[in-house]
Amino acid sequence: MSTRIDRRFAALKVEGRAALVTFVIAGDPDFDTSLKIMQGLPKAGADIIEFGMPFTDPMADGPAIQAAGLRSLAAGQTLKKTLKLVKAFRVGDKETPIVLMGYYNPIYVYGVDKFLVDALKAGADGLIVVDLPPEEDDELCLPAMAAGMNFIRLATPTTDDHRAPTVFKNTSGFVYYVSVLGITGTKAPDLKSVKKNVNRLRKHTSLPIAVGFGVKTAEQARVIAKDADGVVVGSALVSAIEHNLNKHGKATAKTPKAVHTLVAEIAKGVRS
Amino acid sequence: MTITPPNSYRTGPDERGLFGIYGGRFVAETLMPLILQLEQAYKDAKADPSFQAELDDFLEHYVGRPSPLYYAERMTEHLGGAKIYFKRDELNHTGAHKINNVMGQILLARRMGKKRIIAETGAGQHGVATATACARFGLECIIYMGEVDIARQMPNVFRMKLLGATVVPAKSGSRTLKDALNEALRDWVANVEDTFYCIGTVAGPAPYPEMVRDFQSVIGRETKEQMLKREGRLPDSLVAAIGGGSNAMGLFHPFLDDKDVEIIGVEAAGYGLKKKHAASIAGGKPGILHGNRTYLLMDDDGQITEGHSISAGLDYPGIGPEHAWLHDMKRVEYVSATDKEALEAFQLCCKLEGIIPALEPSHALAHVMKIAPKKAKDHLMVMNMCGRGDKDIFTVADILGVKL
Repeated sequence: MSTRIDRRFAALKVEGRAALVTFVIAGDPDFDTSLKIMQGLPKAGADIIEFGMPFTDPMADGPAIQAAGLRSLAAGQTLKKTLKLVKAFRVGDKETPIVLMGYYNPIYVYGVDKFLVDALKAGADGLIVVDLPPEEDDELCLPAMAAGMNFIRLATPTTDDHRAPTVFKNTSGFVYYVSVLGITGTKAPDLKSVKKNVNRLRKHTSLPIAVGFGVKTAEQARVIAKDADGVVVGSALVSAIEHNLNKHGKATAKTPKAVHTLVAEIAKGVRS
Repeated sequence: MTITPPNSYRTGPDERGLFGIYGGRFVAETLMPLILQLEQAYKDAKADPSFQAELDDFLEHYVGRPSPLYYAERMTEHLGGAKIYFKRDELNHTGAHKINNVMGQILLARRMGKKRIIAETGAGQHGVATATACARFGLECIIYMGEVDIARQMPNVFRMKLLGATVVPAKSGSRTLKDALNEALRDWVANVEDTFYCIGTVAGPAPYPEMVRDFQSVIGRETKEQMLKREGRLPDSLVAAIGGGSNAMGLFHPFLDDKDVEIIGVEAAGYGLKKKHAASIAGGKPGILHGNRTYLLMDDDGQITEGHSISAGLDYPGIGPEHAWLHDMKRVEYVSATDKEALEAFQLCCKLEGIIPALEPSHALAHVMKIAPKKAKDHLMVMNMCGRGDKDIFTVADILGVKL
């Protein structure tokens, strides 16, 4: 069964370039602005959209994404509303893949089966759930794959050759390689070790490998895109939202534009 | 629903780290290899008699174990019912039960060759215990503590600093224990190679709930032996306060299969169960946080809500997964006590017994005050006096309107 994600990576392979994967938090800073941001991403150069499901206690995220989650929750965002955003986006865009990324608790409380039905119906294509390692596959990974949803795995610098087969056993769509030991948006990746690790992981999986955590500039994206099949940018975009709010912390006309401008700039790096 | 009791309540967790549906290993992939390594290291240490011998030696000569089982005669007379005993873990070095677990984990960290220790703390007792053991063994020590807790537990913050630890304020979310845990996990993800995370309670990803329980079970083992010696029989009931639940699990676990022993855990009801509180079993539902599935305080969207308790050590929106299971199995009864009730128990204990209890066991004592009068005079009740109250005098003075 081929998904939007599979088709997108296949098409980019023909084009001979890496994908730009962009991450923002759903509902940040509010529902309407978030939709505008999302709608403009493909045109700005995003090939795949990662949409963060906000959570009060994001243990793998740095200050920028923590703050974004709290902004979104304060504006009344819920998992239900996140699926609504996906649905609204799909009205105008049938092809850009959407990956929902977050933590397990809101999904668990929503109900795994109901969530999978509703998320697929809304138009989501894949899931990344930070606190579900392969050891917990029967919680969500296996039901998701059976339902036709890609379950994308995080591989990290601690995923050694011994661990890799476990990590890649039940997964689909692409592999998200976490380029640093640490949380999102804090350290810059060591580009040499990224190259080495991406090539090492290729021995264990034929899936496309996207690289993220700490990628902030077009230049970093350009270098990573040489070896990886995708580059993920998150905290930098989330910070662009934060830095373009008015003094009351509300969105302005500039907010979506700031995100799209930065995406366009990084897209140039990925495509050069 | 009828519950079929297991042959033993003491065999958990299973190989997946589960107690029934609770527990597990809900962590980021970066940590997973490390969690498995820790699990193996702990298994090896447990099977090595020299590890237990070294731990026992430190518990005796450094911590000051066994702690006394004390007959609280005036409290007993005052309440006019059950014969009340205090298990005096507040007399341990550093003033609480936390050191039992810390000694175990730090010896394990040394075995694993880890040089940098991180820990989270609420009331500061676990932070002080960790800083103490790190000083003793010359290890680097970083303690994460919520900004709100730093303000209400200043003496412990200073103690940790004196002991050479770095205290890092957790400034996100509710700025209490749960956020300190988030920050510690974030540190761990960034420093997996050289860092050992010394978790202070029976929660977190497997193997922590089991490991911390095992290290704290010295409380229950001693209690059993002391009570048999003193009264010639087992106690009739056990009462302990529960935040994450380590002192309670330590007292309860050795008694779980003694089916005539009534076991009661007391959660923090804060301003009252209909208002803000920290009673995860009374007011929460199953969910996933900090590496395990357990009862959590949260809203309908699965967002974790901020609890409240007068006691920083109980101010946590979750509970250890084994407690969650024991609740579902109805082996342990979980009740709660409010800030006000705990404060009354605190004051009564000072006056009647000459013991200033921490606000955490004051919750357990508040429940003892409710049930002891209804019990027969030959009913033997043990309450875990898991910490001393020196750290809390500022909080109490503040509430009583006394300027120090």
